Amino acid sequence: MNAEHSVPNDPSARRLRLSGLIRKEFLQIRRDLSSIAIAFLLPIVLLIIFGYGVSLDARHERVGLVAENPGPETADFFSGLQGSEYFQPVTFSDQRAAKAALNRRQISAIVRLRSDFSRQSLSGQSAPINVVVDGVDANTARLVSGYLQGVWAGWLQRRLDERAIESTQSVLMQQRIWFNPAVRSRDYLVPGLIAVIMTLIGALLTAMVVAREWDRGTLEALMATPVSVGEVLIGKLVPYYLLGMGGMALSIGMAIFLFEVPLRGSLWVLFVTGSLFLLAALGMGLFISIIAQNQFLSGQVAIITTFLPAFILSGFIFDIDSMPVAVQSFTYLIAARYFVAILQTVFLAGNVWEVIIPNALALALMALVFLTLAARRMPRRLG
Amino acid sequence: MTAVLHSIPKNTAVAVAATGLGKHFTVGQRQIAALEGITLNIRVGVVSALIGPDGAGKTTLLRLIAGLLAPDHGTISGFGLDPMTQTDAVHAITGYMPQRFGLYEDLTVQENLDLYADLHGVPTRLRSERFHELLEMTKLSAFQDRLAGKLSGGMKQKLGLACTLVARPRLLLLDEPTVGVDPVSRRELWLIIERMVASGTTVLMSTAYLDEAERCHEIFMLHAGQMIRQGAPDAELSLLAGRCYEIHGAENFTRRLQSRLAEQANIVDAVIQVDAVRVVTAQPQPPTLDDLAAEFPSLTVTSVRPRFEDGFIVRLKPLVEQVNLGRALSPSTQAVDREGTVIEVHEVERWFGDFQAVKRISFDVKRGEVFGLLGANGAGKTTTFRMLCGLLPPSGGQLRVTGIDLRSAAAKARRRIGYMSQKFSLYGALSVRQNLEFFASAYRLDRGQRRVRLDWALDEFQLAAYAESSSGDLPLGHKQRLALACALLHEPEILFLDEPTSGVDPLMRRAFWSAINALAEQGVTVLVTTHFMEEAEYCDRLVIMAAGSLLAAGRPKEIRAQARSPDRPNPTLEDAFIQLLHNIAGSDVGASQAGPKGGLQGRSPQQSEQTPS
Amino acid sequence: MLYAMLGLLKKEFLALFRDKKSRFVLIGPPLIQLLVFGYAASYDLNRVPIAIYNEDSGSASRELIARFTGARAFREAGRITRQSGIAEFINPKKALLVLHVEREFTRDLSKRKPASIQLIIDGRNSNTALIALNYAQTILADFNRSWTAQQRLEKPSARLEIRAWFNPNLNSQWFIVPGIIGLLTLVVTMLVTALEVLIGKALPGVLIGLVEASFIVLMAVYWFQVPFVGDVAALYLGIILFVVSTVGVGLMISSLAATQQQGLLGAFLFIVPSIILSGFATPIANMPEAMQTLTLLIPLRYFLVIVRGVMLEGIPLPLLADQYWPMAVIGLVNLGLAAWMFRRRLY
Repeated sequence: MNAEHSVPNDPSARRLRLSGLIRKEFLQIRRDLSSIAIAFLLPIVLLIIFGYGVSLDARHERVGLVAENPGPETADFFSGLQGSEYFQPVTFSDQRAAKAALNRRQISAIVRLRSDFSRQSLSGQSAPINVVVDGVDANTARLVSGYLQGVWAGWLQRRLDERAIESTQSVLMQQRIWFNPAVRSRDYLVPGLIAVIMTLIGALLTAMVVAREWDRGTLEALMATPVSVGEVLIGKLVPYYLLGMGGMALSIGMAIFLFEVPLRGSLWVLFVTGSLFLLAALGMGLFISIIAQNQFLSGQVAIITTFLPAFILSGFIFDIDSMPVAVQSFTYLIAARYFVAILQTVFLAGNVWEVIIPNALALALMALVFLTLAARRMPRRLG
Repeated sequence: MTAVLHSIPKNTAVAVAATGLGKHFTVGQRQIAALEGITLNIRVGVVSALIGPDGAGKTTLLRLIAGLLAPDHGTISGFGLDPMTQTDAVHAITGYMPQRFGLYEDLTVQENLDLYADLHGVPTRLRSERFHELLEMTKLSAFQDRLAGKLSGGMKQKLGLACTLVARPRLLLLDEPTVGVDPVSRRELWLIIERMVASGTTVLMSTAYLDEAERCHEIFMLHAGQMIRQGAPDAELSLLAGRCYEIHGAENFTRRLQSRLAEQANIVDAVIQVDAVRVVTAQPQPPTLDDLAAEFPSLTVTSVRPRFEDGFIVRLKPLVEQVNLGRALSPSTQAVDREGTVIEVHEVERWFGDFQAVKRISFDVKRGEVFGLLGANGAGKTTTFRMLCGLLPPSGGQLRVTGIDLRSAAAKARRRIGYMSQKFSLYGALSVRQNLEFFASAYRLDRGQRRVRLDWALDEFQLAAYAESSSGDLPLGHKQRLALACALLHEPEILFLDEPTSGVDPLMRRAFWSAINALAEQGVTVLVTTHFMEEAEYCDRLVIMAAGSLLAAGRPKEIRAQARSPDRPNPTLEDAFIQLLHNIAGSDVGASQAGPKGGLQGRSPQQSEQTPS
Repeated sequence: MLYAMLGLLKKEFLALFRDKKSRFVLIGPPLIQLLVFGYAASYDLNRVPIAIYNEDSGSASRELIARFTGARAFREAGRITRQSGIAEFINPKKALLVLHVEREFTRDLSKRKPASIQLIIDGRNSNTALIALNYAQTILADFNRSWTAQQRLEKPSARLEIRAWFNPNLNSQWFIVPGIIGLLTLVVTMLVTALEVLIGKALPGVLIGLVEASFIVLMAVYWFQVPFVGDVAALYLGIILFVVSTVGVGLMISSLAATQQQGLLGAFLFIVPSIILSGFATPIANMPEAMQTLTLLIPLRYFLVIVRGVMLEGIPLPLLADQYWPMAVIGLVNLGLAAWMFRRRLY
């Protein structure tokens, strides 16, 4: 009866063990639909919210207009605001009422033309236009004042044209925005979001499912079989790699076909770099679960060390160059940072190798480090 | 446990050998020696039991043999292989079942078997036959496609065993395979083990059941990491000659007699055995009963054959810290009115969706009674229990506890109830004192009461030394004591105990039961569920449940009488239990009891004819 | 009753802080995150790389370029000498923008002809691009103003005087850090409640949320120097309602989840839209109508208005009533539903 006790190192036995572990994992994924939901439902929800819900461009800002002495001059100036898609003007009879509205956050800025506006502007003096913006949201405040400057400059130009006088605006600026001339924020948010989604599948899901084996005591039983540590890890990596790539394919499909984000680079570059990123994320997830050894802690740590940083420190929304140096150096530890750079470049700029190669190398290095760490720290025994 | 293993094989080849084995763990700041200087030899084909109190090092030893832990010193080998350097080879010939069976609960029975066959590299051509055999043996054929998580406790256990057997291991290591399993499933598990042994497998199992240990060829008794005895179960019984007696004639006061006898200095052990109290004396001479003559006028003493358990107790009792909770809870002097009915259950039923977990059952419990609720895994015991505690409202019927209708005033009734659940419901991160303080505040004791009761608990339950330790780090026996103390803080009239002794060693079980006795003497009504049939003998009355109905109700003696037959004139409660279940559902009752989680398919057992008293 | 409650509170606190691992998870990461995110999550540009392509050799171009490279927002990444050099800087992200001054610049200016400059911006992150453009416009406007004054040109007939209230230097930290109070409180509270599958207990979640929020408020004020001009009571009423409503949703999720993983999924399906649609990073007013309606169900939305309003603007409690009651309703409805679900599951 002992003839059948296969040699553990025999390749066919190894194949059998691996396929058994992988099949088991797929069965478990199929049973608990939340794995599939994290891989496919969550991306859809996220993409739709980001694709449709988020716009960083201020449009239709409500601006309070106060003309202390209404006349043709003030009406002329205000007409510039009324015609703009950026503003939705609200007229107030005096500054006090406007301030009250600003305090109640009903408007985000006040444009006030003093009683002597018409007189001063006609007499060649520089008439002051008092603008108060709500500075609480500094970004919106900055955008609003920028738009107002545009309205003001346009108004000046119009007046000069009417009087056939050459511009006093000494320097004019021509701006060209490359890669995204229409400045659609969706075009950069959606590719960046793919990195966030894959972080969820790779690190979070993996951290949870491996920790589950600790919690339920199945790892002890696995350890007592001829399965090696490497096989256990590969048995986890393969299914979640496939799931993650599935989530990525879905996201890319939605980006291209639903949100019409241009893909100027190649799909195969996305595939290769996506694989590298996913391996890094999976390695991180495995590592976390090995350290934490229970699901609750694993989930918490995974969210705190992978998901939130992918969101805030990856350059996905906030510009990395503008962060303080200490924080910038921190971002080098975030795998999503490299992948976001690749995604935004491959989608909007094309195969720019100067961006893709160094970032891909960084991802490969991270994948190697985390997978090695996971394999090293994965206990071969209990206790 | 009637079947006995075939005789010890003549084989002299060594399966497991260990010399000077030691293993330490660090818990908090303390170094704990889990095992120290263990030397043992297990021959091929032998079935050995690893016994000892909780924390003796049984699991550690099994894990060392399985190569799951590295020893700190000493050597160990399995079939000549070193588990440290030849780990894979050891794993290839070893089947190890951990305490939690290692099953994937979200895989089906068949998928679990497939997985373990893959992991052990069982060739595909051998599988269908092997699976068929294992499924037949474990009576799981009908449940092939059921998720493991939806099996009853006993079925999980059998599946866990089947998974470890899939590769025909030469060495089978089982860690407490029968904890929390009802007697029927336990029997089936043993049948499987016997078949494996017959085909030459070497088996080493840890167990808290001494009757199981007694059936093994060889015993290894551990205490505090040390091997204190090894050899055949009956090796030392001659030492006990003339020290074992049964005392009959206490009629319906057997329990009181037992507690009186246990207090006597020259008696080492006293347990209830069918209608009698079985004692082991300190010297080879019969116990002196003169002091008891007034209370029990018609006692008779008969000498009986020593058995394995006696040896265990005699050996361990001097080594283990003595906790006599029975004495701690000294009976009150005032007479207890035992006539009042405190729990009335009338036509109570409970549905979970379209599954009827409890089927219109009726019984009542009198003040100061110890009342047992017995049944196979998934028989509806826990559901009934939770309804009685006011944790779960019944779907129909009448439930009154201390005269209060649980449907209208569950919270009011709950204040008179103490509840100790199977898992002890302690807060593991909190210290012993903090746990007590919490329960004191939960039961709304005022400041003065609280101080008094806290002192009482720490003192009487001998927990003062551990007051500041995290309760999660306590040994099982201490946890059990703490849980009981918490349940008694508010001096409840009724105490509910859900499998209070599951996985607890015999010494601690005795201490625990002496406490229960003392409580009952004081007039506290005790309701208990248990899988230990010998413990059921401590009950004044009991009911046996199966598939949501009452199969039998009455005094232990009356229930035993139901199983009396010509070839079994003197059945034990366990015999009666198995007989009763057998009657209603054919031979594989254990397998058909799946409980609310699994849903109970097929077999609908006929309503019991028994009308409870 | 009160006594039992106090006992319960004490037990929960002790249970939380006796466990080393959970103590760490509750204290370490939020602190690190607050620090890192507080500095990282900002739309202010700071030393963004700019490349200069100057074909003009006059003094006016030098002055203009000095204004760009000397601005806090920019840092010079290099000089370009030919047209193809622009792509060499922009494509590999060596520079976010290129300032191109043409050959005739100084000459045109001195002839009082309108001179023009070109600004090429990397639009891969269109938000950063827009912000950079904004900065550039401001720098240029300053240049124009001083040039006009220097050359004694005719003044424009009107001039803009912009002041920002509540945050005169337009420091986005003042906006983001109070937002992080809501964000981290949400994440921590939600995870504690939604992952706790077995026991539906509201108290630990509420406690953790309160402790977490208080801690971050202190950090915001004493570390990040975010002003606190309002009323502590108004803030705390907001924190309590926010935490209770979050715990309500968390328990609701946990009552529906059969495994911790499902709890986690549920928490995510709530946390992520919450963060995005709450106005934490992007103004609600910019969202499509349908999304704006959806934000009404998100407690964080109300809390952000309260925390920013109280800290930066000093909005008094009564004026915030419209923010308080929706959170209270969300909290009560979810707690009620969760209690009902738990009971149903238990029975």
